[in-house]
Amino acid sequence: MISKKQLILRRGPLEYSRIKWLKYFTVLFFIILYAPIINLIIFSFNDSKLNIVWRGFTLKYYLKAFQNETLILSFINSLSIAFVSTIISTIIGVLAAICLWKFNFKLKNYYELSLLVPIIIPEICMGVAMLIFFNSVNWPTFINWPLNLSEIIIAHISFSFPFVVIIIRARLGNLNKVLIEASKDLGATEWTILKYIIFPFIKPALIASSLLAFIISLDDFIITFFTSGPNNITLPVKIYSMVRFGVSPEINAASTILIMVVIISTILIVNFLKYENNSK
Amino acid sequence: MDRWKVKKRFFTFLIMPGFLWILTFFFLPLAFVWIISFGEKSNIIDVIITGTFDNYIRAFDGIYFKVFTQSILISLITTLICLIISLPIAFLISFSSKKIKTLLLILIILPFWTNLLIRTYSLIAILRTEGHVNKILEFFWIKMNSILLFLGIYGEKIIEPEFMPLNLLYNNFSVIFGLVYIYIPFMIIPIYVVLDKFDKSYIEASLDLGAGQIKTLFKIIIPLIYPGIVSGILLVFVPCLGSFVTPDLLGGSNSQMIGNVIERQFKSANDWPFGAALSFLLIYITIGLILIYSLLNKKRIKEKI
Repeated sequence: MISKKQLILRRGPLEYSRIKWLKYFTVLFFIILYAPIINLIIFSFNDSKLNIVWRGFTLKYYLKAFQNETLILSFINSLSIAFVSTIISTIIGVLAAICLWKFNFKLKNYYELSLLVPIIIPEICMGVAMLIFFNSVNWPTFINWPLNLSEIIIAHISFSFPFVVIIIRARLGNLNKVLIEASKDLGATEWTILKYIIFPFIKPALIASSLLAFIISLDDFIITFFTSGPNNITLPVKIYSMVRFGVSPEINAASTILIMVVIISTILIVNFLKYENNSK
Repeated sequence: MDRWKVKKRFFTFLIMPGFLWILTFFFLPLAFVWIISFGEKSNIIDVIITGTFDNYIRAFDGIYFKVFTQSILISLITTLICLIISLPIAFLISFSSKKIKTLLLILIILPFWTNLLIRTYSLIAILRTEGHVNKILEFFWIKMNSILLFLGIYGEKIIEPEFMPLNLLYNNFSVIFGLVYIYIPFMIIPIYVVLDKFDKSYIEASLDLGAGQIKTLFKIIIPLIYPGIVSGILLVFVPCLGSFVTPDLLGGSNSQMIGNVIERQFKSANDWPFGAALSFLLIYITIGLILIYSLLNKKRIKEKI
């Protein structure tokens, strides 16, 4: 006889999530995945230059990071690059996505394929391409902000607007064409359809894709590393040059700030989307 | 869907910004790289295009060929390790209850939002000589010694009394560890997506008909989730091969990859034609792999019909 308790304890044929070693393995995996980052954040508050053992809580490395002028400048650069490139790549991306959704034309497949190339080729190749391009066309070197960031902004738009196209295009695939036909029957112009049907429909995807564009621009290191000169470094490039001198709590602090900016913007947008859905 | 000729002006307004942008600021720069890869360095800054293949030939001799084979080897090992770890994880996620599933998926995607450079840097603190792994090992070493002392066999020198920290950083191990750490979500997600879609009753049927768990895994599950595995392999292998940050920060002088050689041509050695040729070799390999992948996909779809 099998008691009721044993029956519950016994694993069904498909209850793989109850296999013990699989569970332990997954837990261990997530610990290893998160430990380094959590360690980095914790040790940014550590009161020790060597950063090996815990010596008490301090905010002095954050203060030090905020007093570091090039660090602050690079952070402002990063934010302004991300801001401008997000706006431009969202506009270009939306137009391209609507075009791909609305029209049939020769070579359409090739155009769609060509938009994937910036996503799939190794980042370092794109960085090299941008470096050679801006040098070969004698791109003017601007000294004044924000024009001195133009090269980086252009490079960032090139790799972020294809992401916008993909996300918006996927969303438009779900739009019921009957709506468009009905509005046309009722005499709507292309512009009215765009304003009253298409834009409200793609709004969540629009926000999500521009957030993605913002974050990949803010996080990009390799392509920026090749396109930036001494006068226009971004936060990741600055962190890289600091890392070359070894581990220090100041880098931990700067990194933590970057991680936090990304996490906070994600949370804000997720909440915004939730609010949008609820209000409907 | 409309024919574009019906509304020419509207069509032009929609297509031109994206088309012109990608042409001018992506394909034109790539064309520049391609042209320069057939050039020669005339002095420190100037390059003359001579149509020579020397840069490509140079990539296949001596140390550069070694770097190439080493990069491929490192990427292959990384991909294999990612695959071995991802299978059970993806499996567990797809069989979990809905709430846990969402949580685990968020936990896997979250590191994507963290900068690649920062994640690589965070590993240094863990792996270095006075890092946490070595500290934990040392702790156990001392405990072990005190147990031996307690048992009275300390003098037998079963283990060394002094703990020697392991060299976990600046070698091939740390590069592979770093690459696995960074790219593993790219393997888990595609495998999970396929695994989540397929009909779980196949597994039940196979088990009912007397196949063991292992036989079911190799005869039923793996053939069915094969497309996910192949895309995972592609998504991990390609960025690994072109990686630069991880081998640069975690690797030693003997664990250089193509990315490092390319970077050096532009940032210190100043040999742009050679760097351009190496970049294009990398692009050719990527395109080749994607072509093989799409051919495999086509074949599979045909077989199904």
